Amino acid sequence: MSTDPIRPLGAEAGPVGDPGGRPAGTEPEAIRAAEAPRAEAAALADGEWHRLHPATPFLRGGVAFVAILGILVANFRDRLIDLAVGFEEKDPFDLLIERGWLLPVLGGAIVLVLLGVVGFYLSWRFNQFRVTDEVVEVRSGILFRTQRQARLDRIQGINLGRPLLARLFGAARLEISVAGQDANVRLAFLGSAAADTLRRDVLALASGAKRGGAPAVERARTGLLEQRVGELLAPELDPGEAPPESVVKIPPGRLIGSLLLTESTLILVLVLGVGIPWSLSVGSWYVLLGAFPALLGMGSLIVQRFTRTLRYSIAGTPNGVRVGYGLLSTSNQTIPPGRVHAIAVRQPLLWRAAGWWQITTNLASSGSGSGRGGATPATTLLPVGSRADVARVLALLHPALGDADPSLLETGLVGKGGTDGFVNAPRRARWLRPFSWRRTGFTLTGSALVLRRGAIWRSLILVPQARLQSVALVQGPLQRRLRLAGVHAHTVAGPVLPRLEVVDARTAVSLFDDLRTTAVTSGEADTTHRWNSPRTAS
Amino acid sequence: MAERLEPVDGEWKRVSPKQVGVELAGSGVTVLLAVVLAVVTFLLGAGVMAAIFTAAALVALFATSLVPRRVRSYGYQLREDDLLFRRGLLFQRFVAIPYGRMQLIDINRGPLSRALGLSELKFVTAAAATNVTIPGLPEGEAEGLRDRLVGLAETRRVGL
Repeated sequence: MSTDPIRPLGAEAGPVGDPGGRPAGTEPEAIRAAEAPRAEAAALADGEWHRLHPATPFLRGGVAFVAILGILVANFRDRLIDLAVGFEEKDPFDLLIERGWLLPVLGGAIVLVLLGVVGFYLSWRFNQFRVTDEVVEVRSGILFRTQRQARLDRIQGINLGRPLLARLFGAARLEISVAGQDANVRLAFLGSAAADTLRRDVLALASGAKRGGAPAVERARTGLLEQRVGELLAPELDPGEAPPESVVKIPPGRLIGSLLLTESTLILVLVLGVGIPWSLSVGSWYVLLGAFPALLGMGSLIVQRFTRTLRYSIAGTPNGVRVGYGLLSTSNQTIPPGRVHAIAVRQPLLWRAAGWWQITTNLASSGSGSGRGGATPATTLLPVGSRADVARVLALLHPALGDADPSLLETGLVGKGGTDGFVNAPRRARWLRPFSWRRTGFTLTGSALVLRRGAIWRSLILVPQARLQSVALVQGPLQRRLRLAGVHAHTVAGPVLPRLEVVDARTAVSLFDDLRTTAVTSGEADTTHRWNSPRTAS
Repeated sequence: MAERLEPVDGEWKRVSPKQVGVELAGSGVTVLLAVVLAVVTFLLGAGVMAAIFTAAALVALFATSLVPRRVRSYGYQLREDDLLFRRGLLFQRFVAIPYGRMQLIDINRGPLSRALGLSELKFVTAAAATNVTIPGLPEGEAEGLRDRLVGLAETRRVGL
């Protein structure tokens, strides 16, 4: 703590002079701070305490603060002066000199600014993190200190978010999600390159691989501007770190189509189609004004989804699946192996003609609700894709599926039912599932429970058996009369509900039994919490 | 009516019969409330409301009459690898929780349960849907069971 505070102060108080551009090497602390060049950045996960990017307070909210203050001052200057002094139509400085208040007022202003700067500086100074072999730890707060630890083997995902502003300044937010509500460890902000290396190192440590594995990828230090532009445009932050091509590409046309072909657009069109002629015939056109907010809201939602999904990418890396989203503010999520608790492949009714599907998942880290800047781990891992895309994404999310019968996916998605490898509901289930009883069924692969449901809104659900938290067998009076029963697989919360409501009662009992056993055995055999380490006893 | 589900053999441990008292008190209050409301609305001359409340009282009374059987339907088994819990008559529910998946175990006591010396054991896994609560356990048994299960969960701990 023996640093000369002037430099970091300058970095914050000024209009964020570019911190990455400062010559490194003048000051030991600043080098250890995250915006250090790559050679040093590689050492961020060395078990020592480090600081965040010096521009952090500015990026986190300082901009808004300064802007608001500026607007307030500009708008209320005259009013304030009037209030305080009672004079008008005079230059405030003349006034001050006239009254001999210049020095005290100037001094006060300087003290205020200094206090703010010192506050920002201290909050930056006290916000430190370290990555050891076992945990990621963050401590922050000046008066009320908080310390948060996340065990590396419990990491559910790492999200690299780059809000537009931070992106312009070459900074990124690294969010390490662990299971639970609002339990994420946020490192906001780090230099882009540093965040990238740190992500790789944390993943490598979490995987159980030993330290000092892959050396840091050297990148030629070109001019600052070129580097920034390169970072801004790079699809992945670090070309050396970038995984192979995204396995799915969404053409813009398909994306727009998928956003427009939803039930809500249909309803809107219907409402407008009926509403406009009706209101015109009645002559009360102002009724239409009521529809305006809805239109606006829907339009903005579609635009938002569009920009978010336009640069969607998904690819497999040794340390998990990497999903990228976002056009302006980007987010890049890495889901280590074994962190997907349930997968649903769905087809909304209107997508049927186009043959599109969507993949959503249950992740233990989701649902924290901190949806700022697109940092929440997205549960929709394939926004829209063809059947081939679905197969490719499923192969990434649940690689063990490859061992199963290759026709499984086909029959699971579009099969009509009957004897096709799935154990389907008996005919008497038509009283409860008049349209879909033929298709409602399950099958067990070596590693997953596969449920098939729905004839109109078709869906296929996959639950890795090693992720089953518990299993339930249920039967209501109607099901009992029809000699049916339901089997529910319990996984972490998410958009996927792995439930089978109509199965032959005896089959249900044996399925319940099977799941009960496999939930235990595959859970104990599972080593994905340290996915790269040689098999250890759990 | 077809036969009820009986997915596993083995002895089900049942909860204390005193739990009937706790649950009877609960549904008794509902019946009483519905009756009082029915009478008041009838005296005030709101015939429709009175009819609705009378119906509600009858339904609650029916539910109350099922309480002893419902309490008898609660049961659990400690098996080799998992805890099995059952409940319900009309809507039967069996849940199997592998020991290694238990994240925490709560002991709760309501005022009435405390007077009768009963506890309620609540199991929490990473899945909210698990939702297993064993009511009506004698205090000593509840604590013994909790300690034993926590020990089992610790030795057989698996990831999420």
